[in-house]
Amino acid sequence: MNTRYSEMADKAWRSFVIYLPYVWLLLFFLTPFLIVFKISFSDPVIAQPPFTPLFDWARSGLSAVYITFDNFLFLFEDDLYWLSYLKSVRVAAFSTLCCLLIGYPMAYAITRADTTARNILLLLVILPFWTSFLLRVYAWMGMLSTHGLINKGLLWMGFIDEPMKLLYTDFAVYLGIVYTYLPFMILPLYAALQKLDLSIHEAASDLGATPFRVFIDITLPMSATGIIAGCLLVFIPAIGEYVIPTLLGGSDSLMIGRQLFNEFFENRDWPVASAVATILLFILVIPIMLFQRYQITAGTNVNE
Amino acid sequence: MDASEIGTMTIPMNEKIDNLLDDATTGNARLGNRHDSNAQPFIRIENLSKEFDGVTVVDSVNLDIYRGELFAILGGSGCGKTTLLRLLAGFETPSTGRVIIDGIDMTGLPPYQRPVNMMVQSYAVFPHMTVEKNVAYGLKKDGVDKTQIGEQVSQMLSLVQLSGYETRKPHQLSGGQLQRVALARALVKKPKVLLLDEPLAALDKKLRERTQFELMNIQDQLGITFVVVTHDQEEAMNLATRIAVMDDGRFVQTGTPTHVYEYPTNRFVADFVGTTNMFEGTVSRIADEHLLIDTVDFGDIKASPTPGTNVGNQVWLAVRPEKITISKESITSETTTCIKGVVTDLGYYGNRTIYRVTTETSAVIEISAQNQFRASEPILDSEDEVFVSWDLNSGIVLKE
Amino acid sequence: MRQRSTFLFTTLAFGYAFLYLPIVILMVYSFNDSRIQSVWNGFSLRWYASLLDNAQVIDAALLSLQIALISATIATVLGTLAGLSMTHMGRFKGRLLFTGLIAAPLIMPEVITGLSLLLVFVSTEQLIGWPESRGTMTIIIAHITFSMAFVAVIVQSRLSTVDKSLEEAAMDLGGRPYRVAIDVTLPLIAPAMVAGWLLAFTLSLDDLVIASFVSGPGANTLPMVIFSKVKLGVAPDINALATLIITVIGIGVVIAGFVMQRRERARITEYQATR
Repeated sequence: MNTRYSEMADKAWRSFVIYLPYVWLLLFFLTPFLIVFKISFSDPVIAQPPFTPLFDWARSGLSAVYITFDNFLFLFEDDLYWLSYLKSVRVAAFSTLCCLLIGYPMAYAITRADTTARNILLLLVILPFWTSFLLRVYAWMGMLSTHGLINKGLLWMGFIDEPMKLLYTDFAVYLGIVYTYLPFMILPLYAALQKLDLSIHEAASDLGATPFRVFIDITLPMSATGIIAGCLLVFIPAIGEYVIPTLLGGSDSLMIGRQLFNEFFENRDWPVASAVATILLFILVIPIMLFQRYQITAGTNVNE
Repeated sequence: MDASEIGTMTIPMNEKIDNLLDDATTGNARLGNRHDSNAQPFIRIENLSKEFDGVTVVDSVNLDIYRGELFAILGGSGCGKTTLLRLLAGFETPSTGRVIIDGIDMTGLPPYQRPVNMMVQSYAVFPHMTVEKNVAYGLKKDGVDKTQIGEQVSQMLSLVQLSGYETRKPHQLSGGQLQRVALARALVKKPKVLLLDEPLAALDKKLRERTQFELMNIQDQLGITFVVVTHDQEEAMNLATRIAVMDDGRFVQTGTPTHVYEYPTNRFVADFVGTTNMFEGTVSRIADEHLLIDTVDFGDIKASPTPGTNVGNQVWLAVRPEKITISKESITSETTTCIKGVVTDLGYYGNRTIYRVTTETSAVIEISAQNQFRASEPILDSEDEVFVSWDLNSGIVLKE
Repeated sequence: MRQRSTFLFTTLAFGYAFLYLPIVILMVYSFNDSRIQSVWNGFSLRWYASLLDNAQVIDAALLSLQIALISATIATVLGTLAGLSMTHMGRFKGRLLFTGLIAAPLIMPEVITGLSLLLVFVSTEQLIGWPESRGTMTIIIAHITFSMAFVAVIVQSRLSTVDKSLEEAAMDLGGRPYRVAIDVTLPLIAPAMVAGWLLAFTLSLDDLVIASFVSGPGANTLPMVIFSKVKLGVAPDINALATLIITVIGIGVVIAGFVMQRRERARITEYQATR
C-alpha cells in the first residue's frame, strides 16, 4: 500500500467533509450579511442595482471607499422606523409570553400521558410544524373575517350585537403568531420536562412540599433550559415576521419585517432596507448568541 | 443464552476444557517455552506517555512483550490501562515515546494501517450486518478475494463455534455469541497482536470462566500474541503468561502470575492482587536467617531476610490470609509468629471460611482456612479466643 | 391530584382545538358551493375542479416540487457532512464560526436571510457575471442554505447517539475513514437523514419570503402564487388547494412518523441487544 497516497486520500476526505458545507455557508450565509452591512452604507441611486458601489473595483482596488451614514440617520429621523422596531419587539415578546403560558401546561400534560397517547399527542404537535405555514396563517383569515366563524359564534351566543372587526387588527397578529409558533415552544419544553424524573417530585412531596411548591422549587428550575430555548425559538423569528402582519394585520400594522419588505419591493430603496436589516440584526445578536449556547448544550440530547 | 444453546455447546466444550486443563495448570511452563531472555521482544513500548488536557493518563511506560505471549495488563478503573491499549491500537497518539511491533515503529500510523486488532468490552459488533458480514468486514477492507473471504470466514466461525449462525443479525445473538463474533472478526485478519479490552467483563460468571479457557485454547492454536486489559485479578492470573499491574498511569510490577501474587514488590500490588494483611514497622535487627521487624501492633516479628533493607528502615510485612493458620492452641517454634486474638467475624464460603481476628491491640487479621473436612458445626465461632500464626517465610517485607 | 389532571386535560383539549380548528374549518369550507365563505350553499367540488384548469397554480406547483426535490437532496448531503464535521472531525480551524453558521439559519428572520441572499446574488452578478438571471437556480441555492441547517441539527443529534466503538472497530479492522463513514456511520444514521430530507423538502415547498426575495421574473413558486391571491382576502379555490396540500403532507407525515417509530423501536432493541 502506498502510504503517502493513502494519507493524502484521508486528508482529502477530511477536507471534503469539513469544507464543503463550510464554504457553502461562508458563501451563502456569512458573505451575504457582510454585503448587507456594506450596502447599508451606500447611497441609493435609480439604477440596476439601485445603490452606489461601496468599492470602486474598476479603479485602484480599495483606495476609493465611499461610506455614508445617511441611511441610518434617515432611520432615526423618521418615527416610522423606530416605532416599528419597538412594536416588533413588543409584539414578539408578548406573543412569546402567550406561547409559554399555553405551551407549558400542554407540554407538561403530554409528558404525563401514557406512552401511546404521548406519541400521538407529540405527533399532533409536530404535524402543524410540517404543514404549510402560509396556509395555516391563511386559515385564520376565514375564521376572523367579519362573517367568519368567530363572529358568527359570538353573535349566536348573544355576546355581541353586530360583528366585531377582528381581521386586520393587532389582535389578529398576536393570535397568528401564537398559533404558528406554539409548536416551537412546546417541543423544547417537552424535551426538557420529559427528562424530569418523577421520583424527584415524589421525593419533594414526601418531604412535605405542596404541589405548587414542588412546581416552583423543582419542575420550573429543572425545565429552565427548555423555557429559554422555546422562548428564543419563538421570539427571534417572530420579531422579523412578515407574512402574519401582512395577512392578518391592518395596513397600519407597523412591524419591522413588513417595513423591510416594503422598503425593498415597493420603495426599491435597497440601502435603507439594508440598514433596517443591519439594525434588526444588532437587536437580535444577543438572543441569537444565547440560542446558540443552548443549541450546543441541548443539541446533544434532543434524541434521548 | 438459552438452555438449548448451552446444551448443544457443552459437549465439544468439555472435551476442550479437559485438554486445556493441562495447559492452563502449566501456564508458567508455556511462558518458559516461548521466550527466553535472549529473544527479541515482539512488542516494545518505549517511554510511552499520554496526556489529556494536562492530565497524564499514561506515564512513561516501558514494556517488552514477546511473541506468542498472553500478556495481561491489570489495574483498577482510571489507571490508564485502556488508554495504553488504545495507544497500541492507534486510536490515541502518544504525547511522548513510541511503540514498536515486530521491528516496525508504529508511532503515527492510524489504526487501519496497524497489524493489530482490538476487541472491546462492548464488542462493537456492527448491528446492521449479519454475523458473516461482520467477520468478513476486515478481509474486505484488505482487498482479499471473494472466495478466500468465504473460506476464511467459515473456518473462523467454526473455530469460535458459530457455524450455522452466518446469516443471523447481532440482535438475534446472546452476549456470549456476540463476544465470539467480535473475536472471530478480529482474528480472521490474522493480526500480529490481538488487543482485548475487558473481553469477558460483560459475561456472567460461569460463562466467563469457560470463555477464559476457550480464549487460551484459541490463542494456543493460532499463536497470535494477545494483550488483555482487565480489572479482574483472577482473570488475569488464570489467562496470562505474564501480568503487568498498573496504577496511576505507571506499571508498578511486571511478572508471571505466581511471581506477582507471591512476591509483590510493593504495597499496591500486594493489596490489589488478592488480599493481604499488612503490618507496618521498622527494621530493628538483621540476622543471618531472619530479619526482625518492630511492628506497631505486635512488637518484634521475624521475617525472611530481604536484600536492601537496613536497620531503621520503615517497612511493611505482608502476609496472605491463606498462609496464616488459626487454632485454639498457641504454636511455638523458632520460625513461627504467633499472635493471640478473638474471632470477631467469620464468613462461610463452602470451600473455605474467612475469619477476622481482632488482636489485643485492636488490629484485625484476616485468615482464610480451607474446609478440608466435613463438619456440621464450625470448629471456631465468633468470640472464640484463638491464636493466629505463620511461618517467617510466608511474610514478605515491602519497602514501599 | 384529580384536580390537577382535569386542569391538564382541559389545557390539552383547548390547545389542540386551537391548533386544529382553523384548519378543519378551512377544509370544510373548501367544499362550499358558495363563493362567499360565510354562506354555506351546499356541498360541491367545483373549487377543486377549477384548480385543475388553473394553469398558473399547476405550473407553480410543479416548479415548487422541482425546487424542493433538488434542494432537499443537496441540503441532505451538505447537512450530513456538516453534522459529521461537528461530531467526527475533532478540532479544526474556524470550528467555532462553523458552529455558529450552522445554527444561525434555524432562527434567522426570513426577511434578513432573503434580503442578504438576494444582495449576494446581485453582487456576484456584477462582479463575475453569475448568476445571469435570478429564478429557479437562485431559489434552490437559497433553500439549500437554510434547510441544510435543519438537516445538520437532526443528523447531528443522531450522530451523537451512534456508539463510537462501532466506528473504531471498523477502523481497527482496516477501514479507512471514508469507508468507515460509508460502511458504518451512514447506515446507522440513515433514518435521521430521511427525516432531514423530508423536513428540507417541506421547508422548501412552504417558503414564501426567501423565495420572493431571490426569485426573478417568471419563477413563481406555489407559495408566491397563493400569497398574491390571499393578500386580497379569502379565496375559495385557495381553500381547496390548501386542503389538498395539507392532506397530502399530513398523511405523509403521519405515515413517515409511524414507519420511523417502528424502525426506531427495532433499532433500539437491536442496539440494546448488542450491548
